[in-house]
Amino acid sequence: MIREFTSAEVLFIVLAVRWTLILSAIAFLGGALGGLLIALTRTSQSKALRRIAAGFIQVFQGTPLLMQLFLVYFGLAVVGLPINPLLAAAVALTFHASAYLGEIWRGAIEAVPSGQAEAATALSLSYTDRMRHVVLPQALRLAIAPTVGFLVQLIKGTSLASIIGFTELTRAGQIINNATFKPFLVFGTVAALYFILCWPLSLLARHMETRMRRAITR
Amino acid sequence: MYNFSFQPVFENLDLLLYGAWLTIRMSLIAMVLGLIVSLLGAVAKTSGIRPLRWVMDVYVEVIRNTPFLVQIFFIFFGLPAIGISMSPNTAAIVALVVNVGAYGTEIIRAGIESIPGGQIEAGRALGLSPVQIFRYVVMKPALRNIYPSLTSQFIYLMLTSSVVSVISANDLASAGADLNARTFASFEIYLMLTIMYFLLALGFSTLFAAIRRSFFTYPASR
Repeated sequence: MIREFTSAEVLFIVLAVRWTLILSAIAFLGGALGGLLIALTRTSQSKALRRIAAGFIQVFQGTPLLMQLFLVYFGLAVVGLPINPLLAAAVALTFHASAYLGEIWRGAIEAVPSGQAEAATALSLSYTDRMRHVVLPQALRLAIAPTVGFLVQLIKGTSLASIIGFTELTRAGQIINNATFKPFLVFGTVAALYFILCWPLSLLARHMETRMRRAITR
Repeated sequence: MYNFSFQPVFENLDLLLYGAWLTIRMSLIAMVLGLIVSLLGAVAKTSGIRPLRWVMDVYVEVIRNTPFLVQIFFIFFGLPAIGISMSPNTAAIVALVVNVGAYGTEIIRAGIESIPGGQIEAGRALGLSPVQIFRYVVMKPALRNIYPSLTSQFIYLMLTSSVVSVISANDLASAGADLNARTFASFEIYLMLTIMYFLLALGFSTLFAAIRRSFFTYPASR
């Protein structure tokens, strides 16, 4: 029995956007914590710590997100946890986001003139105070535009969670397509919804980048 | 306690290695075709022809703001509805080229726009023809400037190509999925696949570094 592609089907797809957003939000928050840790480790005084952070970034940027998802998904069984698509997707995307945000924020931290950190050290500020009050606030300004840009990549990345069986936007589309067999319309709708989520963020990132470049070259 | 069994992985290593070769071949084809699309796209975007620029703007924005997975579903399942049917392997390459073409267009456009106007005027003053100016004064330094972003986009393309396994195109991830369906040594298989993709990424970045040394070094810096 083939179902029609009616407003009920469209609504089902539109409502699935919330799972895409929830998954993106979890991965972004987790990735922000992980990324900060990676960025600080990557710029620390200890050579060994810097190496570990660099290795983490290289592994997660040098392997497909799809493989990371499968590995975490099947890895849950290895550590004795029940198989759960949402948990697997959230963990894998958090690692993925930590690596990318870590690399972006490392760049931002290193772009703060070294005289700033030296001046703070000369004023006998501790590492924590130096980072918190001097380096990170200045790095934050540089980091915002590429961070928003990465958010677009992350939202698109959540679509891969559909492959391990988590029902977000893309999988909702697949389900409706299997029932209605209107792939052109269904995947067109799904693509349009992703576009509505991502395009404003892309524009915002580009706008902030241009403004930043103008502020720096002035 | 989980019992690791790497035996199925090592017994079928030839299958996985063949899959790796398919991924290398598919990625290379997509990179070459993608580079051509990107060059044409960037020239179109920097041309004075308005409608052409609008078309390229829409192409680049639509592709960059939708997931690759949805693009490949649309191409493989959606396009047959309007009479364009492709085999999984063809659809995979088309999707990869369309995808990387959009990112490449944007990267090369930025490279072209980074060439100062004075440089082009200098070329003209030296009596170079427009074709020579385009080739030696604009394209070569532009490509040199954006080479790192372009090649990391290509490596990202190779990693993304694992997604084509969802439409059963032949590649490394599909080889792993087949093996998984037969042996159920899921974690071990995907660990091996992840390691193999990592080695492929290292291989490609070594290749790109070699190409950079032979094509894009200034004579003076040798």
